[in-house]
Amino acid sequence: MPVILWTDGLIFLLLFMVIMFVFHVRRHEHLRRPWRTVLRSRVAMASAVILSIYLLIGLLDSLHFHPKLENPKDGVTQYSSQIKSVFDVVVSHLQENDEKTYSAPFAAYQYSKETIEKEDGSTVREYPRLEFGGAHLADPEIEKKSDIIHIILKSSFKSLLVFFLLCLFVLWRIAKNKGWLIRDTLSSIIRGQTEAPWFVILFTLGFSLWFLLTAWDLSHFYHIFGTDKVGQDVFYQAMKSIRTGLIIGTLTTLVMLPFAVLMGISAGYFRGWVDDIIQYIYTTLNSIPGVLLIAASILMLQVYMSNNAEEFTSLAARSDMRLLFLCIILGVTSWTGLCRLLRGETMKLREVDYIQAAQAFGVGNMTIIMRHILPNVMHIILISVVLDFSGLVLAEAVLSYINIGVDPSMNSWGNMINSARMEMAREPIVWWSLVAAFVFMFVLVLAANLFSDAIRDAFDPRLREREE
Amino acid sequence: MMAYIIRRTLYAIPILIGVNVLTFVLFFVVNSPDDMARMQLGEKRLTEEAIQSWKEERGYDKPLLFNHQEQGFGKVTETIFFKKSVRLFLFDFGRSDSGRDISQDIKQRMWPSLAIAIPGLIIGLLVNISFALLIAFFRGTYLDITGVVLCVILMSISGLFYIIGGQFLVGKLMNLVPISGYDSGFEAIKFLILPVLVGLIGGIGSGTRWYRTIFLEEIGKDYVRTARSKGLSERLIMFRHVLKNAMIPILTGVVVILPLLFMGSLITESFFGIPGLGSYTLDAITSQDFAIVRSMVFLGSVLYIIGLLLTDISYTLVDPRVRLQ
Repeated sequence: MPVILWTDGLIFLLLFMVIMFVFHVRRHEHLRRPWRTVLRSRVAMASAVILSIYLLIGLLDSLHFHPKLENPKDGVTQYSSQIKSVFDVVVSHLQENDEKTYSAPFAAYQYSKETIEKEDGSTVREYPRLEFGGAHLADPEIEKKSDIIHIILKSSFKSLLVFFLLCLFVLWRIAKNKGWLIRDTLSSIIRGQTEAPWFVILFTLGFSLWFLLTAWDLSHFYHIFGTDKVGQDVFYQAMKSIRTGLIIGTLTTLVMLPFAVLMGISAGYFRGWVDDIIQYIYTTLNSIPGVLLIAASILMLQVYMSNNAEEFTSLAARSDMRLLFLCIILGVTSWTGLCRLLRGETMKLREVDYIQAAQAFGVGNMTIIMRHILPNVMHIILISVVLDFSGLVLAEAVLSYINIGVDPSMNSWGNMINSARMEMAREPIVWWSLVAAFVFMFVLVLAANLFSDAIRDAFDPRLREREE
Repeated sequence: MMAYIIRRTLYAIPILIGVNVLTFVLFFVVNSPDDMARMQLGEKRLTEEAIQSWKEERGYDKPLLFNHQEQGFGKVTETIFFKKSVRLFLFDFGRSDSGRDISQDIKQRMWPSLAIAIPGLIIGLLVNISFALLIAFFRGTYLDITGVVLCVILMSISGLFYIIGGQFLVGKLMNLVPISGYDSGFEAIKFLILPVLVGLIGGIGSGTRWYRTIFLEEIGKDYVRTARSKGLSERLIMFRHVLKNAMIPILTGVVVILPLLFMGSLITESFFGIPGLGSYTLDAITSQDFAIVRSMVFLGSVLYIIGLLLTDISYTLVDPRVRLQ
């Protein structure tokens, strides 16, 4: 039985809006032109591939449902009160194979010693074998290395095969589209003479494919990033956190965009008392330190939730509400920058001849704003949206760290770091949770940063002039 | 000029009132004065009288925003909001809900905050500007590309990584400096090195990239072309002309954050256990001490407004064409 959480609905709404935007852009040549520069950029396309893999995982993780119960009483199908996502089903082996406590990446033995009773009745303190990690090996000391290499080789071969098929498909599509021979297409891809940098795209895709397939195969036999304090697979946690990061990065923008655009444009366009009021609002909001505002609002939400506990049917719905609220409050603290930019740009635009002419013809204010001003500030909105994304992903980690971020029960990189920090003092040190969280976050943020740079270069005409 | 400053100061008053109302509402939507009394007194079985006397002692026994029982102006003035806010505007912060003197606390905790913020700012500026100048000088070469790529990579790493990594590497593995804590006098230096270093490395990516764009913008201007056509060497142009002119946007950008240095950094201070104003604020949030939170928010907004004013003034100082009206 499907469940639509608030953030699920909003993220698919956002996806829908992006798709509509793409169709709109495709129909207009002047809008397509800057996107073509983005398409030609090698760095941008490589990051786009990485971003889409993250996005795919995040979207799969946003399709929630109540799973069917295994043994229905009296033949009626019943549903569990738990909420699962499609992604959980795909990686069900990761979710179900929990250990007792910490274990290192690829370990076959537990991190801490336990008292084990031997067959003859005597007890010894030693590291017990894991229930799942490396359980198929008779003697991990000897066999583990060769087993891991064996699995990697096998999945590398598999991914090579898939990659080869993929390349053939792309080759065939391009050749068919352009009416080229397959041989010519291949040589122009390798020499980088195609419009989009297909060589780079295929290379990145092949590499991610190899990584995912290998990790997938290995994760059936080992905990490739180890396990955490309660024995949950860290690789699973890190992948579940992708959704949280993406939602914070995108929904925040969705929430703040209407305010920023509406207020920024009306302040710049109408000036006078409208401008004064809007300036007053954003100076006031700006002068309160953002962390304080977020902390106060999260405290407020917690009290509200404990007073109205019956409204939240499940833990997932509760933490989802908190996530949405965090997006809203981050939006409130971050819209002022865009608002100010739009105000300045609109002020410049309203003095331009064609808008003066429109006003002289008696065109209504709303029409002027919708037809002339909004399309002309679109690039500013787009640039600031993509530039904000990576900052918000990073901010989530910091906020969760000081306990004013997402719900502690939710998978997020900030929560992973927060719980792993306490274990830094252990000997030998428990490093894998931290490293996994940082690596997953780093790859996403780096890809987002590179992609947004390419977008900014393509859309900011001022910048282009300077570099020429 | 003087008239402009006076007008801006007057303009600050409605903003500060707005800030005050907002903090007040945000805080009291969650808490009632009764909750605060229970939290501060911290005992399980509290008599109604104890709560009443706590509230009376601290002036929380009035209605929040509007007093229906009073006449005329008393409707507005005989409330918690009015009583507490008026004293803030005179910079009389009074006592915290747990009974400490807030002004005294601020005076004491200001110094550790400044001890981190000022060296951090100066060293950060010097390092970032030098790097930016270097890669702007070699623009278009592989050094430039490598530098920019490095900046993006450094920017993409979470700030938490620098803090945890720094504490682990320098503090635990190499055992050079203590991981966190603070001491008075010159002993404090060994506690300050790590936070300043971590702040420097964490800010290098975005800082260098930002200053690089400023330098490149400056290099594209006409006077640089003139200087080149006169036959000046590229090195001379960079140091004598571009650096000097680029200092205008750089310094005016710094001015706005100068007053806020007093407030300290919430995150750095709480990570490194520095008893500055940042950790003071964070502690107050967790212990729900409204008096401190409100005072710190007020102080922060005043400093922010001063920063904006200073920026405007510094524009007129460095560029005589800008007139304030």
